[in-house]
Amino acid sequence: MASGVKPRVKVPKKASVGETITIKTLISHKMESGQRKDDDGNIIPRSIINRFTADFNGQNVVDVTLEPAISTNPYFQFEAVVPESGEFKFTWYDDDGSVYDTSKKITVG
Amino acid sequence: MKITKMAIGSVAALVGMTGLSFADPDEDSLTINGDISIVTETAAPAHAENLSTIYSGWRFRSDETQAFQMDDFDNPGMIGVENATVDWETVDGSAGKSCSSCHGTPEDMAGLRAEYPKWNEEKSQVTTLEMEVNNCRENRMGAEKWKYTGGKMTDMIALISSVSRGMPVNVAIDGPAKETWEQGKQLYYTRFGQLELSCANCHEDSYGMMIRADHLSQGQINGFPTYRLKNTKLNSVHARFKGCVRDTRAETFKPGSPEFVALQLYVASRGNGLSVEGPSVRN
Repeated sequence: MASGVKPRVKVPKKASVGETITIKTLISHKMESGQRKDDDGNIIPRSIINRFTADFNGQNVVDVTLEPAISTNPYFQFEAVVPESGEFKFTWYDDDGSVYDTSKKITVG
Repeated sequence: MKITKMAIGSVAALVGMTGLSFADPDEDSLTINGDISIVTETAAPAHAENLSTIYSGWRFRSDETQAFQMDDFDNPGMIGVENATVDWETVDGSAGKSCSSCHGTPEDMAGLRAEYPKWNEEKSQVTTLEMEVNNCRENRMGAEKWKYTGGKMTDMIALISSVSRGMPVNVAIDGPAKETWEQGKQLYYTRFGQLELSCANCHEDSYGMMIRADHLSQGQINGFPTYRLKNTKLNSVHARFKGCVRDTRAETFKPGSPEFVALQLYVASRGNGLSVEGPSVRN
């Protein structure tokens, strides 16, 4: 069970029609690879965020599979041209079954 | 005979000059969130007699690493600051107090980071912010001490530091702090370990050169606590000192020891005039 997991996103509140905006996302997570051993030589079980998605007004726009080689606190930045006012929803899926999500509204016009 | 000597001399001067151009930090300037201007280069204070200009370690890093620090969202050290904001409000210990019970908001701590380590009249010694935090926890809150270089402690120092960003470092080295400062200075110039290296050998004589794959900085501590990409966490000053002394293949002093407190005061004073940057991002 990963502790101290907290999603963060940065989406502009407003955009003009046809404008390319930058979206930044970060989730604090230790991303334990499953390759490491503890002091006694036992393997530390894998515990990572394995999937990240972004939806806009219910429609999926980004869907990423994360692998164990991705380091602590995975950060994704991408660009978007937003067609209309609405809401972005970002979702992270944890190995332990936890799902973290957060939403941001954006006004276009 | 004399001519040969002169020729050798000029060759040496040439080598020296190429060395110097290589030694220059870059020309970038740092503004955080498009708002807080950071002084990363200024005239050295008079007591740093072997330096003419002091540079923040930020100037010795690659553009990619530098970019991390220019926006709080991109700065992974701010995760620690956020964690500490929660701890700031959390009641702990027998007195039923949190940091905020006495100190208000973290913003009320603005300016502190720039002045520490500082002489504490009551304790008759130079104290660091870590020592003051633990003094509060033990004696005012009745709570467990935090480990000196532990995660919670370093996060809290990062929070206290973050509200002072942009303010010039200005530690006092005169008056009662002078003796500690002298001790720190002596440590700075003492060679330690099997490699017989002093702080000055790398950070004063050789800054700007490459130490294997790393660009040596002046070892300024205005950016601490520092988020290091190599260990993906915030690092405290004493943890860094320990790493450096260990790399000379010496037995190190303990974090929180009087030796490291003295060294911290001395090294901080060499950066008087640079802006507080912590939490900074380095490799």
